Amino acid sequence: MSRMTMIEAIRDAHDVAMARDERVVVFGEDVGYFGGVFRCTAGLQKKYGKTRCFDAPISELGIVGAAVGMASYGLHPVVEIQFADYVYPAIDQIASEAARLRYRSAGDFTCPLVIRMPTGGGIFGGQTHSQSPEAFFTHVCGLKTVMPSNPQDAKGLLLAAIEDPDPVIFLEPKRLYNGPFDGHHDQPIVPWKKHDLGEVDDDYYVTPLGKAAIRRDGEAVTVLAYGTMVYVAEAAAEESGIDAEVIDLRTLLPLDIDTITESVKKTGRCLIVHEATKTGGFGAELMSQVQEACFYHLESPIIRVTGWDTPYPHAQEWDYFPGPARVIAALHQLMEE
Amino acid sequence: MSKTAPLHLRVPEPGCRPGDEPDFSDFVIPKAGEVDRPSLDVDPNAIREMAFSIIRVLNADGDAVGPWAGTLSHDELIKGLRHMLTLRIFDERMMNAQRQGKTSFYIQHLGEEAVSCAFRKALEKGDMNFPTYRQAGLLIAGGYPMVEMMNQIYSNSKDPLHGRQLPIMYSSKEHGFFSISGNLGTQFMQSVGWAMASAISGDTRIATGWIGDGSTAESDFHAALVFASTYNAPVVLNIVNNQWAISTFQGIARGGVGTFAARGHGFGIPAVRVDGNDYLAVHAVAKWASERARAGHGPTLIEHVTYRKGGHSSSDDPSAYRAKEESDAWPLGDPIERLKQHLIHEGVWSDAQHEAAEAEIRAEVIAAQKEAEANGTLGAGKLPSPRDMFEGVYETMPPHLVKQRQEAGY
Repeated sequence: MSRMTMIEAIRDAHDVAMARDERVVVFGEDVGYFGGVFRCTAGLQKKYGKTRCFDAPISELGIVGAAVGMASYGLHPVVEIQFADYVYPAIDQIASEAARLRYRSAGDFTCPLVIRMPTGGGIFGGQTHSQSPEAFFTHVCGLKTVMPSNPQDAKGLLLAAIEDPDPVIFLEPKRLYNGPFDGHHDQPIVPWKKHDLGEVDDDYYVTPLGKAAIRRDGEAVTVLAYGTMVYVAEAAAEESGIDAEVIDLRTLLPLDIDTITESVKKTGRCLIVHEATKTGGFGAELMSQVQEACFYHLESPIIRVTGWDTPYPHAQEWDYFPGPARVIAALHQLMEE
Repeated sequence: MSKTAPLHLRVPEPGCRPGDEPDFSDFVIPKAGEVDRPSLDVDPNAIREMAFSIIRVLNADGDAVGPWAGTLSHDELIKGLRHMLTLRIFDERMMNAQRQGKTSFYIQHLGEEAVSCAFRKALEKGDMNFPTYRQAGLLIAGGYPMVEMMNQIYSNSKDPLHGRQLPIMYSSKEHGFFSISGNLGTQFMQSVGWAMASAISGDTRIATGWIGDGSTAESDFHAALVFASTYNAPVVLNIVNNQWAISTFQGIARGGVGTFAARGHGFGIPAVRVDGNDYLAVHAVAKWASERARAGHGPTLIEHVTYRKGGHSSSDDPSAYRAKEESDAWPLGDPIERLKQHLIHEGVWSDAQHEAAEAEIRAEVIAAQKEAEANGTLGAGKLPSPRDMFEGVYETMPPHLVKQRQEAGY
């Protein structure tokens, strides 16, 4: 075991994957010589050479389109979209091409690629460096969508994603790159090196896709969260004094609905927390699925705490971000109804 | 108040519309044999004018002339003629099948048969094409069984794609034919990625990308040129300029640059234009470009200048937007007729042989059609199981799909 930041864990996953399998290639804007603007790929070009880790032109559709071609050839490309906000030019290549290649060719061609992208807010990135586009991807058949919340999961899930035979969208909550965050933005960041979840297994291991983790046991209410919101949910549970069970989804698609329903049937209540905007967000999907599976076990309506239906503002970042206060209020509301 | 006149926008229009007299007088056609054949390692700057000329081998008398002649033997040319005839008769039969309700949709190649049929013969086994829906000649000339193509068109019980794709959107890795996407331009970029992967892997295989004149307006086209140029990818990038993008004439996507091929100049990619209705010229250029790629000299951009004589698809009626006589007035003629005349001129073919070949091929196509129709048609049944609908979205079916499949009763 070693103590690592999430950035180091992601880099370690690349390193392990590239050492294990020469079909793994890594490219994207600034990822080669410089090692990525967040340094997730630092040192890989030096270690594995320029044709296995290289810089790409500023063309997201080009990066993903090239990766689709490479994957269909038989390589396992891992590409970085510098910020999730910039993925939209590549949506056609992701949704119409990567996602459907296996299906439409009846397995004649496949597309084992990973598209990594820093996502979410909390670093004063304004409306062009803070979005959480996960719902766009969970709506596309043929993709898997993953969002880790800590270094150990980040490495294990990324290794699982790289080995997956199908395209995987790998969303990295950039607010968690250097340490956990409980939504109290006026407090100093606790580095991962001082946090239990900063412990990362050395060498190779995988965290299977499609398996959620229970981060906090509780009997009174189930809180569904992923990425940064896992810590906000945990903080809110502690501060509210309500015996909440916090589930870290880890993979949004395929969704571990069994773990979710088991918990909600036990607690009878469900709160969903995500950073993305509310309308049409992934919370709506969670709400529907929980309602379908647990209606007769519910003691109160399911509630969502999410970002507002506005672009992510710069100066009002902490009013936008769903912090513990809003989650605590929702927990009380759930318990009172 | 401004002292200048109000601004106005230019919206390009084709030379003629229904009711007009077709006029191709401003279409400059160089003489056959007049364009040089550069060395494989030519400096792209040294051949800039080739993006404005047209490489042609067959002259009006049916002679093969100039530096691009001689890449094929008489036997190979007769085979090429047979491939083009096969594609034309195949199209004719499948268009009729669509009209008879045996399938939902069809796209034919009328007038463009030389482009894909000749190109295929310049490639080697293992090379990968990223085609559009109008390059079925790559399959025909590559020996892919017609019955398989028809099974796909009919979405029947033997459809290799299990009824998931529109008719004509074939896929055959074994035959170097990448799964066709209906989203235009996307595969141009993917072909560059495949070629990059081949180079990264130290392989010797090359890729070819295909795009229509209209789709060059998509960002994927430009991204493909950037990546191909930047990484010197072993890829041949083909623009098929058949003059029409459904009802939109090629001048709309082309902009003011003059030719589609000239776009290669900004990327330092050697760019040439070829007479797409000249089987010999297409083959010679394809051979040159693929040899360049294989020798490590990187990408080539080829504009195939041709004409879409038929409608865009079985759903399209071109008489609504272009002069009826325009296709007959197309100055580069018919690819089958031109190759036939050349072979007759060379003394290795005759009208009688041609007629016999046509009859023989028609019988082969009809036999294949009967065999395919025995497996079912979209109109008459024997379709793939709805269970297939749920398979292959992922390598392993995730639990939510298993549940949905069960819910659907499969």
